[in-house]
Amino acid sequence: MNGHEICGWGRYPVITVEVHAPKVVSAMGGLLRDAAGSSILARGLGRSYGDSSLNDRVIETRYLDKFIAFDPQTGVLTSQAGTSLAEILRVFLPKGWFLPVTPGSRFITLGGAVASDVHGKNHHVSGCFCEHVERFEVMVGPDRVVTCSREQEPELFYATCGGMGLTGVILTVSLRLKTVTSAFIDQQTFKARNLAHSLELFEQNSRSTYSVAWIDCVATGQNLGRSLVMTGEHAADNKLDLPVKKSLAVPFDMPPGMLNIHSVSLFNTLYYNRVRGDMVRKRVHYEPFFYPLDGVLQWNRLYGKNGFTQYQFVIPKSAGLRGMSGILQEITKSGKGSFLAVLKVFGQENPNHLSFPMEGYTLALDFKIEKELFPLLERLDAMVLDLGGRVYLTKDVRMSAATFARSYRKIDLFQSVRERYGVNGVFASHQSRRLGLDL
Amino acid sequence: MKKVLVVGASSAIAEAVARIFSGQGAKFYLLARNSEKLSSLEADLLIRGAALVHSERFDINEHWRHEVMLNTVSEVLGGIDVALVAHGTLGNQQECEQSPDLALQELQTNAVSTIAFLTRLGNLFEKQGRGTIVVISSIAGDRGRPSNYVYGTAKAAVTTFCEGLNARLFKAGVHVMTVKPGLVATPMTEGLDMPKALLAEPEQVAADIVRAMEKKIDTLYTPWFWKYIMAGIVHIPTSFFKKLNL
Ligand SMILES: Cc1cc2nc3c(=O)[nH]c(=O)nc-3n(C[C@H](O)[C@H](O)[C@H](O)COP(=O)(O)OP(=O)(O)OC[C@H]3O[C@@H](n4cnc5c(N)ncnc54)[C@H](O)[C@@H]3O)c2cc1C
Ligand SMILES: NC(=O)c1ccc[n+]([C@@H]2O[C@H](COP(=O)([O-])OP(=O)(O)OC[C@H]3O[C@@H](n4cnc5c(N)ncnc54)[C@H](OP(=O)(O)O)[C@@H]3O)[C@@H](O)[C@H]2O)c1
Repeated sequence: MNGHEICGWGRYPVITVEVHAPKVVSAMGGLLRDAAGSSILARGLGRSYGDSSLNDRVIETRYLDKFIAFDPQTGVLTSQAGTSLAEILRVFLPKGWFLPVTPGSRFITLGGAVASDVHGKNHHVSGCFCEHVERFEVMVGPDRVVTCSREQEPELFYATCGGMGLTGVILTVSLRLKTVTSAFIDQQTFKARNLAHSLELFEQNSRSTYSVAWIDCVATGQNLGRSLVMTGEHAADNKLDLPVKKSLAVPFDMPPGMLNIHSVSLFNTLYYNRVRGDMVRKRVHYEPFFYPLDGVLQWNRLYGKNGFTQYQFVIPKSAGLRGMSGILQEITKSGKGSFLAVLKVFGQENPNHLSFPMEGYTLALDFKIEKELFPLLERLDAMVLDLGGRVYLTKDVRMSAATFARSYRKIDLFQSVRERYGVNGVFASHQSRRLGLDL
Repeated sequence: MKKVLVVGASSAIAEAVARIFSGQGAKFYLLARNSEKLSSLEADLLIRGAALVHSERFDINEHWRHEVMLNTVSEVLGGIDVALVAHGTLGNQQECEQSPDLALQELQTNAVSTIAFLTRLGNLFEKQGRGTIVVISSIAGDRGRPSNYVYGTAKAAVTTFCEGLNARLFKAGVHVMTVKPGLVATPMTEGLDMPKALLAEPEQVAADIVRAMEKKIDTLYTPWFWKYIMAGIVHIPTSFFKKLNL
């Protein structure tokens, strides 16, 4: 099949490529054989924002979405890599199981979750997604499928977790689910006056299973970094039933200008003022708690047809308040307020070669794509690097190879494992070439 | 516990229907040609809650196997509550225009063999005196269009056949539902250039099918708006219709 337009969630860039969507795993070998000489890349539901899932030749896993085995004793689910987190929740939550880690969208695949080693609002207590993965199978060549775990082929395991599809096609994943007794979350929302207050609230709630803050990026001066800090615990009300709810969809691209600084600021003020007291307790369904944006399907169209990017960085805890304030100031000064600004505290770093999280603070913001944006992001990169931080690959669309090399410290190890398995250059993406991992 | 036979079980639409039934603890007999697809679907449905899943390789064009197969299914499941007939191929129209053999092959799979199978299936259900037969036809059967009239011819035959079968078996307490999906994102339509706004997901179509079965609908257009689109298309005068590029 030729000439298909694909793009990441940010809808920038949009490229025309060759797309394959095998119906059976046994067809995969043939696809890799045919690709000999050029590169190929696995692709899930395209929820990565930038060019991580883009290549001139891609293999979509959407038909490889079958459950393979489930052990109710241990909670270990083995499933094909194209299975979505949404489907896992739909089937397993009514039986009292939940995802050990979930990102802010459930419309992502197991393969994508492993390849980006995604994190959720519980990173400070539960780490990344792959820390709950027992093993997976990855196809590294037409005739070679490797089963990896921490014990078996550990190097390939640590390279593939967070390895952005660059070590092969993940075929199956064995994930340990966790037990819950409710589909609901007991949520607490705190109003934080400014950044210092926000970080303080995180500190005070470090034992909470889930925590996240929504920052009003437009607030300046004394209010810089004011936010709503939300924490959550799984409720224990034995209500596992799912609500039946239709999602809204944004049917067409927003005309440019609709999402300017005023509408963004208005949105943020409304959001902030929604919470009246200093703290509000509420029992909410897990969907709005974890996936507030999944409720509006295709909200990425709100940014208009030029698309957008999400800039997510992490800085070490030691850089703390000062570092974060500096970067936030630079952002507010630029006047490019964003629809979304999410602040989280990360726990310990894991041994995966290219995983993003490190102990510290992470901030994620959306920016409409425009010419003036790129110099701003360069400036932010410099600040992040100076503080010893880094930028999240699964959101990135423009980082330089130099920035990447300076901030990801296990690149050499990653590349040596790729070489050992003979996958360098075979599995590659627009991003891997931009970052100098492939030619 | 529903006892469900699915022909063309690996079809994306059929799979989505089977997943809904599996959540209700159904028992299945799955038939299709590709055994790898069948065995992975088997495991999937069991994990989703199916009480029992049998599967077997079966080509609808092997008419000589129809009778034995149906008897086996009925015996293994202990009767059949729901039979979903979902197999199909969307042949290349241009190639069919050049090759009568190819055109006949398309008609064979999508119409002749289907009708042969439905003949036996209908009799089995008549004897049971209960149950639902769901046949996936298509909006393509509502009007012959230059882009796919060979396929459309087969679907028109199936639609008409099912209408008659429904009227006959109604008296025996059996419901035959004809499903006419519009454009659905499945392997069948992969690579076709289709208007995104009209394209439905198989899960959506499957949910419609299950709901319509419960309501004992006779002809289901899914998604719903195709009923109105097709009502319009059917009424376009031929003198004008033939000038269109549909
Ligand atoms: C609204 C929203 C909220 C989000 N929130 C978070 C969040 O809180 N935390 C977080 O960590 N991320 C978050 N993300 C990002 C998202 O979780 C990741 O980008 C994830 O990897 C997307 O999975 P996907 O299946 O869509 O994969 P794609 O976007 O299709 O691919 C992503 C990467 O995975 C690789 N890949 C996919 N499948 C395979 C496979 N089978 N084998 C090998 N490689 C494969 C691709 O090559 C690519 O490098 C969010 C995204 C959105 C849209
Ligand atoms: N997709 C659409 O837009 C659309 C629109 C209207 C109607 N429909 C109809 O919906 C039904 C389901 O199609 P789908 O869209 O879900 O397509 P699909 O996923 O391609 O499914 C078709 C299935 O039919 C099976 N099949 C083909 N030839 C067969 C044969 N000779 N014997 C037995 N099984 C055979 C194939 O399985 P194996 O090869 O593994 O056996 C395949 O799984 C079809 O009747 C189709 O005509 C589809």
